[in-house]
Amino acid sequence: MSIIVDQLTKVYGQQRAIDNISFNAEPGKILGFLGPNGAGKSTTMKILAGFIPQTHGRASVAGFDVTGQSLEVRRNLGYLPEHNPLYLDMYVKESMEFVANLHGVANRAARISEVIDLTGLGVEQHKKIGALSKGYRQRVGIAQAIIHDPKVLILDEPTSGLDPNQLVEIRNLLKELGKSKTLVLSTHIMQEVEAICEQVVIINKGQIVANDSLAGLKESHSKNSLEEIFISLTSPAGFSVD
Amino acid sequence: MFTLFRKEINGYLSSLVAYITIGVFLLVMGLFLWVFPESSILDYGYATMEGLFNTAPYIFMFMIPALTMRTLSEEQKDGTFELLATRPLTDWQIVWGKYFACLLIVLLALLPTLIYYYAVYKLGATEGNIDTGAVIGSYIGLFLLGGAFVAIGLFASSVTKNQIIAFAIGVFLCFFTFIGFDSLSQLLSFRTIDSFIASLGINEHYQSVSRGVLDTRDLVYFLSFIGAFLVVTKTVLGGRKW
Repeated sequence: MSIIVDQLTKVYGQQRAIDNISFNAEPGKILGFLGPNGAGKSTTMKILAGFIPQTHGRASVAGFDVTGQSLEVRRNLGYLPEHNPLYLDMYVKESMEFVANLHGVANRAARISEVIDLTGLGVEQHKKIGALSKGYRQRVGIAQAIIHDPKVLILDEPTSGLDPNQLVEIRNLLKELGKSKTLVLSTHIMQEVEAICEQVVIINKGQIVANDSLAGLKESHSKNSLEEIFISLTSPAGFSVD
Repeated sequence: MFTLFRKEINGYLSSLVAYITIGVFLLVMGLFLWVFPESSILDYGYATMEGLFNTAPYIFMFMIPALTMRTLSEEQKDGTFELLATRPLTDWQIVWGKYFACLLIVLLALLPTLIYYYAVYKLGATEGNIDTGAVIGSYIGLFLLGGAFVAIGLFASSVTKNQIIAFAIGVFLCFFTFIGFDSLSQLLSFRTIDSFIASLGINEHYQSVSRGVLDTRDLVYFLSFIGAFLVVTKTVLGGRKW
């Protein structure tokens, strides 16, 4: 088990952003972390990345506790934050070098060109990040997350704002990465989950409403599309598609 | 930490920020010392650089907050702080990396003014008729003062996402800690403890170092002043309140 979330709770003032959630993720099985906006997906991911502390509960990434062994967690984790923040006045390669240096990556030049190939940044690699289109910025974000070849990847909406061609490319890349690594990703695109995820965790208003394999989920709800299951589990006032 | 330090320096040198602040500093310094008749060394007629050391703190008061205002507030605003904080870097490394980068820029602004020393040295009625010891002491004092102002500026930048607010807070704190305590100590009601109050301010210690006597008390004062502001900065960053 590379990610273990155990009764995790985060309270902001009066509001429980996430409430006593538990789930696991393991290598080789891509986990889709779904939920409506404001359900607590990003909060959970931020806690796992060691960016904000939880209020109660425990979580571990790659065998290290996120509070007690935060530095070890961050060494073994590739994290793409929501909205993909980037240093816009840096050049693509410069930013990769910066991140690779922070991680003390060995054989830096070779690894950077390898990651640039993997993410399809080749033609844009000499530009400033600020001059890139949204899709390419997204790739830079993913490239920065995988440059140190981490065991665990947590990607918060890695495919938002991509055009259909880029979607396919990035999905293939994620699928490839998911074969050997533990990969958790959040998304609002249900087809994407059906295309690449094996495990699905659905969270609504801070609580987990489904935690199963994709096939198991479809079976237990006797519905064919994940979209219907998602809506029936998370829509307010029991609105249903049928 | 060194990686971050280098990134910050590159950021300053590849944008206009550093050149313009250093340029403006040197321009104002040059005008005050050689052109404006009230403060010009040439009109004053004595081989002394006191003019520089009396004026520089007031220019630093505006220049340094201008230099530091973006360092942390921009990271918070763009969300790139999340990028830094989820890499294997401690909050202390982030604070120190940024601190030393700003300090180096301040040092780069100070270095060219050594030419003024050379000029005054040559212009003396008897060549070399300048109190070199006092000049060295004053430079050390000015550098320590710069260090203290950078710490204030960094703190101001950590409390807000807005650069203008960071600048305003920085200028006010620099101004207040520099001469505010002197003015307070002159209030009648504080007569018995006025020297204690004055000794809380930077000016008292700056003047003392400028005399050319490096007293450990002054050194301890500056170092603990810098340390205190950096500790608060680190605590603010650790709170992740934005």
